Amino acid sequence: MTNNLDVFREEVEVWVAEQFPKSLVGSTMGLEGETSEEAKADFELWRQRLADKGWGAPTWPKEYGGAELSDAEAKIISQEMGKQGAFNPIPLMAGMGVTMVGPTVLEYGTEDQKARHLPGIASGKIRWCLGLSEPNAGSDLASLSTRAEDDGDTYVINGQKIWTSGADISQWCGALVRTDSSVGKRDGISFVMLPMDQKGVSTKPIQLISGISPFCETFFDDARTDKKELLGPLNEGWSVVKRLLQHERQSQTQARSPSASSNKPSLQELAKTYVGVDSAGRLDDPDLRVRLIEHLMDVQSHSLTVGRITEEARGKVEVSAAASILKNSATRVAQGNSELTLELMGNQGVGWEGENFSADELSNVRDWLWGKAISIYGGSYEVQNNIISKNILGLPETTQKG
Amino acid sequence: MAALTEVQSMIRDQAKTWIREESPVEKFRQMRDSGSDLRYVPETWSGMIEMGWPGIIIPEQYGGSGLGYLTFGLVLEEIGRHLTASPLFASALVGASGILIGGNEEQKQNLLPRIADGSAIITLAVDEGPRHDPYRMEMEAKKSGSGFLLEGTKTFVQEGLAATDFIVAAKTKKGITLFVVPGNEKGISREPINTMDSRGYASLSFSNVQIESTNVLGSLDEGSDLLDRILDCGRAGLSAEMLGTGAQAFDMTLDYLKTREQFGRVIGSFQALGHRAADLFGKMELSRSCMEAALRSLDDQASDIPEKVSLSKAKVGDFLYEMSNQLIQIHGGIGMTDEFDAGFYLKRARVIEACFGNRAFHKDRYARLFGF
Repeated sequence: MTNNLDVFREEVEVWVAEQFPKSLVGSTMGLEGETSEEAKADFELWRQRLADKGWGAPTWPKEYGGAELSDAEAKIISQEMGKQGAFNPIPLMAGMGVTMVGPTVLEYGTEDQKARHLPGIASGKIRWCLGLSEPNAGSDLASLSTRAEDDGDTYVINGQKIWTSGADISQWCGALVRTDSSVGKRDGISFVMLPMDQKGVSTKPIQLISGISPFCETFFDDARTDKKELLGPLNEGWSVVKRLLQHERQSQTQARSPSASSNKPSLQELAKTYVGVDSAGRLDDPDLRVRLIEHLMDVQSHSLTVGRITEEARGKVEVSAAASILKNSATRVAQGNSELTLELMGNQGVGWEGENFSADELSNVRDWLWGKAISIYGGSYEVQNNIISKNILGLPETTQKG
Repeated sequence: MAALTEVQSMIRDQAKTWIREESPVEKFRQMRDSGSDLRYVPETWSGMIEMGWPGIIIPEQYGGSGLGYLTFGLVLEEIGRHLTASPLFASALVGASGILIGGNEEQKQNLLPRIADGSAIITLAVDEGPRHDPYRMEMEAKKSGSGFLLEGTKTFVQEGLAATDFIVAAKTKKGITLFVVPGNEKGISREPINTMDSRGYASLSFSNVQIESTNVLGSLDEGSDLLDRILDCGRAGLSAEMLGTGAQAFDMTLDYLKTREQFGRVIGSFQALGHRAADLFGKMELSRSCMEAALRSLDDQASDIPEKVSLSKAKVGDFLYEMSNQLIQIHGGIGMTDEFDAGFYLKRARVIEACFGNRAFHKDRYARLFGF
């Protein structure tokens, strides 16, 4: 077993060394701000090579554009790419495709749906967005009112979605719609997939407190989709979306701690620079010091828990109920990091733009503001606690009626 | 729970069953009510010896099973769940670690088999004041002939009443030195300390106690690092016991949330309480990871032992502090009665929190390890 993985690792190392265009080392995954034609061509070349290899979504079946690899092998690919400054741009290019739509289609889709939709996602050619939340259906997602009406071979869709990430640049959308309003609110919902490039769909980007964002409002005005684009059974979209959201939660459990992963100075180094130390080397603000310690302990206990849960699942990262704990703890870690950074920077931490502030100072402000979304999206902090108390601890339902 | 080996799973299951049957909290209550001087039930300790628990970290060549700290932690967690009092932790973890890490071959051969078979109870005597402060001591060992004269006092010595031998930290000419001192040496007197958790703490007084240079554990004047390492073994073990105590408090509380009815519904259906339970559950899981990581770093003799151990004692400490308070709060009036067990858990939680460094101690230590 270990031997096989070692052999695989060597193969990956060689393949990446041969195939990854050296011109792309150090460039960003989304090719942001990249203008040269040469770089664009290299980027496209790399995407295509990955797609041909099935490594855009390496654990998926080969017939749908994957490579049928194990989680351990997929991890090796990303590790080896990281070592050589390479990256897999496909999950980003596919929007919600690789992380959420694809796994759900694999589970609930018909053969025809898998064959038509998955290869486009696995190759990064088709970007997907998700139409779930509505202005009046946020945490209470099941109260959504966008409706799909039966019109022979097609559904006709009317309503408004919000927080559809990347809707303005996506080719397809997975949407929750009401298909029966005569029954309980969770019972009349279906999950449909519809093309975005049509007369009945329009989008409008949303500016956030942190500035520009990938989010949009999406309006359906007699939008149409073929009936064969219904994912899962009619009126059973709630179970489809619950699964989809588990995949989402799973993808949000990895807390990124800048101090641990990048070459930015650690939080404690930043604190020493901005705040200073006393004669014994202790941070000069004892209250901040304690909170910084507690934050670093949160970071470490979170990452140890991710490791432990992975190990207990025998190396297989399962979509488990424990993900709800990890989502909330990842949130605490991420928000705690930017709150502390803002605080320790003092007046230098509150800049919006201009030359009075360093790039790190300015970016932290935006990160801090954006970070407020983490405890809201993907099931709010409170919704996660509902899930834990009901699904893990077996306490009675407290919020939903009907 | 970490991915366990077959032997580890077996020992954990054995501990679960045996403690539930032979040493439920009721036994602890009877012991407390009897006012026994020993502060544990001798039959319970004999049972543990029969099962080989005192030898868990002791290598086979010295009469143990050499299964390591994580395995010991599994047993301690079960012990924490049911508040089983015994010299197991003080002697077979702390004392044994001291001899294992600091002892010369002769000391190992002499002492480890006796710890493993329970005929010796060796405990660490370190603190002298109200707060854990391992390097601040008045106790002195003055050179005297071929040996030393010990003079001073130690307090809050665990199982200090039952101990046959002590590992004592004392100032020597150029530093701190640890000594293994038989409990029956002339000039040692012990006084019981009545703590709220009804365990066997004692204060010790050493008055001109003559010992030999063969009693030195480790190197003369260089006992600080050894002491730190022994304490870290103890702290990791304590956090396993604390996690067990907190986990049991959590289970008791969750059970109550599901059965107690008020306002015509079970109280667990109130969102305020459901979220509190969810929050505590998350803290329990996160602190369990820290505790297991600390025990593993001891087994691996890793370079990050102090960091992992302080993380563990502090994180488990945070959880147990809050959990023990919520145990009482959520049980309401019944939780305040002595007849119900909740109070035992609360009392034990605070005593064990103060032992070998509280949360503040370990958070400060963690920061110093990270250089701020």
